[in-house]
Amino acid sequence: MYDFTYEKPTAIAAATATLAADMEAKALAGGQTFIPVLKQRLNKPTVVVDLSKLGLTGITVTPSTVTIGAMTTHATVANSAEVQKAIPALAHLASMIGDRQVRARGTIGGSLANNDPSACYPSAVLALGATITTDRRTIAADDYFQGMFTTALEQGEIITSVTFPVPEKAAYQKFRNPASRYAMVGVFVAKFAAGVRVAITGAAQGGVFRHAAFEAALSANFSPDAIAGIATPADDLNSDIHASAEYRAHLIGVMSKRAVAAA
Amino acid sequence: MNAIFEGIGASVRRKEDLRFISGRGHYTDDMNRTGQLHCILKRSDRPHAIIRSIDTSAAKAAPGVVAVFTHADLDADGVGGVPCGWQIHSKDGSPMVEPAHPVLATGRVRHVGDPIVAVIAETRQQAKDAAELLVIDFEDLPAVAHIADAIAPGAPLVHDAAPGNTCFDWHIGDKAMVDAAFERAAHRVKLDLTNNRLVPNAMEPRCAIGDYDPMSGDFTLITTSQNPHVIRLLMGAFVLHIPEHRLRVVAPDVGGGFGSKIYHYAEEAIVTWAAGKLHRPVKWTSDRTEAFMSDAHGRDHASTAEMALDAEGNFLALRVSTVANLGAYLSTFAPAVPTYLSATLLAGVYRTPAIYAEVRAIFTNTVPIDAYRGAGRPESTFLLERLLDTIAHDTGIDRIELRRRNFIPADAFPYQTPVALQYDSGDYQSTLNAALKAADWDGFPARKAEANSRGKLRGIGVSTYVEACGIAPSKLVGALGARAALYEVAQIRVHPTGSVSVFTGTHSHGQGHETTFAQLVASQLGIPYENVDIVHGDTNKIPFGMGTYGSRSLAVGGSAMVKAMDKIILKGRKIAAHLLEAAVEDVVFENGQFTVAGTDRSKSFGEIALTAYVPHNYPIEELEPGLEETAFYDPANFTFPGGCHICEVEIDPETGVTTVVNFTAVDDVGRVINPMIVEGQIQGGVAQGIGQALLENAVYDQQGQLVSASFMDYTMPRADDLPNISVGTETTLCTHNPLGVKGCGEVGAIGSPPSVINAVVDALSDYGVRHLDMPATAHKIWSIINASGMKMAAE
Repeated sequence: MYDFTYEKPTAIAAATATLAADMEAKALAGGQTFIPVLKQRLNKPTVVVDLSKLGLTGITVTPSTVTIGAMTTHATVANSAEVQKAIPALAHLASMIGDRQVRARGTIGGSLANNDPSACYPSAVLALGATITTDRRTIAADDYFQGMFTTALEQGEIITSVTFPVPEKAAYQKFRNPASRYAMVGVFVAKFAAGVRVAITGAAQGGVFRHAAFEAALSANFSPDAIAGIATPADDLNSDIHASAEYRAHLIGVMSKRAVAAA
Repeated sequence: MNAIFEGIGASVRRKEDLRFISGRGHYTDDMNRTGQLHCILKRSDRPHAIIRSIDTSAAKAAPGVVAVFTHADLDADGVGGVPCGWQIHSKDGSPMVEPAHPVLATGRVRHVGDPIVAVIAETRQQAKDAAELLVIDFEDLPAVAHIADAIAPGAPLVHDAAPGNTCFDWHIGDKAMVDAAFERAAHRVKLDLTNNRLVPNAMEPRCAIGDYDPMSGDFTLITTSQNPHVIRLLMGAFVLHIPEHRLRVVAPDVGGGFGSKIYHYAEEAIVTWAAGKLHRPVKWTSDRTEAFMSDAHGRDHASTAEMALDAEGNFLALRVSTVANLGAYLSTFAPAVPTYLSATLLAGVYRTPAIYAEVRAIFTNTVPIDAYRGAGRPESTFLLERLLDTIAHDTGIDRIELRRRNFIPADAFPYQTPVALQYDSGDYQSTLNAALKAADWDGFPARKAEANSRGKLRGIGVSTYVEACGIAPSKLVGALGARAALYEVAQIRVHPTGSVSVFTGTHSHGQGHETTFAQLVASQLGIPYENVDIVHGDTNKIPFGMGTYGSRSLAVGGSAMVKAMDKIILKGRKIAAHLLEAAVEDVVFENGQFTVAGTDRSKSFGEIALTAYVPHNYPIEELEPGLEETAFYDPANFTFPGGCHICEVEIDPETGVTTVVNFTAVDDVGRVINPMIVEGQIQGGVAQGIGQALLENAVYDQQGQLVSASFMDYTMPRADDLPNISVGTETTLCTHNPLGVKGCGEVGAIGSPPSVINAVVDALSDYGVRHLDMPATAHKIWSIINASGMKMAAE
């Protein structure tokens, strides 16, 4: 990696001030994407601002919400008895991210700020209609994801927590890329009184997206059969050495049916 | 003989594992020498290009930079190219095309990863920073990466000296006899297949440290090698012209090789030469990305196989035509892999009376290809065992019955094949029977029905194979083109109080030699296992040995130890005879005691050792003091491990995902010294075989870029990709080495891939699948299922 200045502030204001003042400053959460990127010299920050001492960890559960601090690790979410009880699908998703080492370091805030098109968490946030809280505002999930590695975050804006409404039912089904173990197709299905939301990660060129046709069918009839006949267009899906767009389109159907069955 | 081998066969825990698993190993990158500099190599990101100019001025001026070297600097010092250790001749008698393989590229780069400039600085960071300041002006040339593109008419040439990109066009066997057999055959079955390209990915990436002592003129190279003497010979004699007494090569703890650390690599020459230039140690450490584009790859063959059969299903003749991709340059043993290490195994375990094989080896704009675990034998085994199942498919003969009908019978050994080899021993019916029983072959239909009830496809596949290892008889391989001998050496140094140091020319990079060899020597000399130390990996300590590859260490290196111990025991008997006032021929050695036969008069091994070094009462006129012996062992023949692997898979027809649910290996590896280590070796080999069959694939795009250049895209098998692997052994002894051992390092990787694909094809039989190439990924299988338009009955 290139040389950079390392800061570990203890106040959010100090962190945002550094990040706002310097376009080349970068925030470090769990570092599970950022550190490898630095090691490969694909990024050359002036300052790295470590967010680990800002007090952004922890899980708060109410009857209707689960709020997770941005710096809470995947392992903490996966192993949380409260999350397992309130939104078991969310704990299950966290348990399927990366490997044991990644889950011990990686954080929900880091994952969402990066918005890797193959990351798991964006599907839960979008399907559950979560609210992302930052140092300066709240952002609805539907407004937050703006394409591959692109979000609604402004320069220097830091995610502080994510609040998930508790659904009636939900499930996450992940078809792993055999090499990287990222989601090649990940489907999060959430059923609320108001209707069903389905978010797909890993498959599309633009990152996570909601599957309107599945949502409509499942809102009318929450069963795998309801979407069995609905084909997903392959047009905007990724194609690589592991899966063609057509295969991903097919897997979206299979994984969605399985998610509905598992919910 | 029985007494000598008493004690062998115990599953002794590996004595080396404590340091490996507790982080106390001594790997090359763990070592740092005083004043050490760091080398970073600027490599080509172009598959094929003319180097118009290299501007090193900014890099040379960068902070901490001590030197920046290009080919011109090496050339000015008379540094030679990287040599090839095996010469093949084409059908017409002409030698293979052997293009220059410069240490640093000159004129042209020929693959992504080809090294161009060495930047040497005080720190690795500084060297990396400076490397970014190099300005290289390229003129891109059209590139070829795939076999079909390289052999197409008018294809771009990787080397101007190799028209058609052909390195050689070789053949073996009796073409006329094969052609005649095809004329009269009742059945002819033909199959086109490929053997997928693999990246070895040893856990420890390569590393090299060069050092030079200007006072003595001595060079030292510490390197991640499987064979330090081979590196000393190749680099000293051909590249850097350093006489052997001035060059020490050390291969310390090495974290896996699988073949990829046999070869002499450019980086070893660069750091050694640069240390001499700069009078400071120079270290180069590969990172994983660099390893993907600079470690020799494996496999990459495209073949057509045809079998002629009579009406009863007896094999009459086999005809094989293979194109082998050798990459951009000839790696050390590359030409031997598709020829003498592969085509000579085409008889397999079958009494096919006539075989003809031709191999065209070609250059492409890809990383050089060389031997990788199994080296040629996985390729021939995959071809043959897939062909067997295809014959069964096409003729309707049961695949087990077809194998049994054509096996070389157990009483036919020694068996001369039509492709040069003479098998010494084996019992293929026996390994097949044991495997069928262990895998509960007969219970498969019930398991399949149960799987079908869960909506899963289930298949079972078998592979019966033989391989040749224990390489190799020097005279024979010399006649076949090897530019080296392949004996092995052992030096047994008995210390005055009876403990023993064993100096072996083989090298352990995960195989457990420190344990297995200690067991062998301890049991043979009748001394405690703890009293034996195995020393390897340093040309200043050990006699000239050839290293470890081709499952040769025990069969060849262990045999050398037995020969050296025979000398120790003979000398001990002479000393004992003197002390006991008996005739030498009356003194017998058993269980660590030299005894006058038929009496209770004896001397212990320790007493004899002490007497040898304190020769107060000693036949000094007839016998030298001391107790240390060296033996070189040149094997009489290859060894021929073989066996049967059975794989059972389940396929999810909705996703195409294959799960290996059962795997059974029954192998004949000859006498087993340490069953636990043998089981581990076979499990590791099977893991790599399943990896090749289902997961691993080195993918180049049409332009010659390596697409699968990291673990993000190259699917290394993980523990949860693998089943429990049941390992059994059925033993016939090798007839020509003193231990009766055959070798176990590669059988897993050789026998397993066709069993996996045979199982996958079996599972897909309802979809009309006759063959599919490796790796059988979920995507590939789903595409087949999708295209067939069939649906599971359950749906």
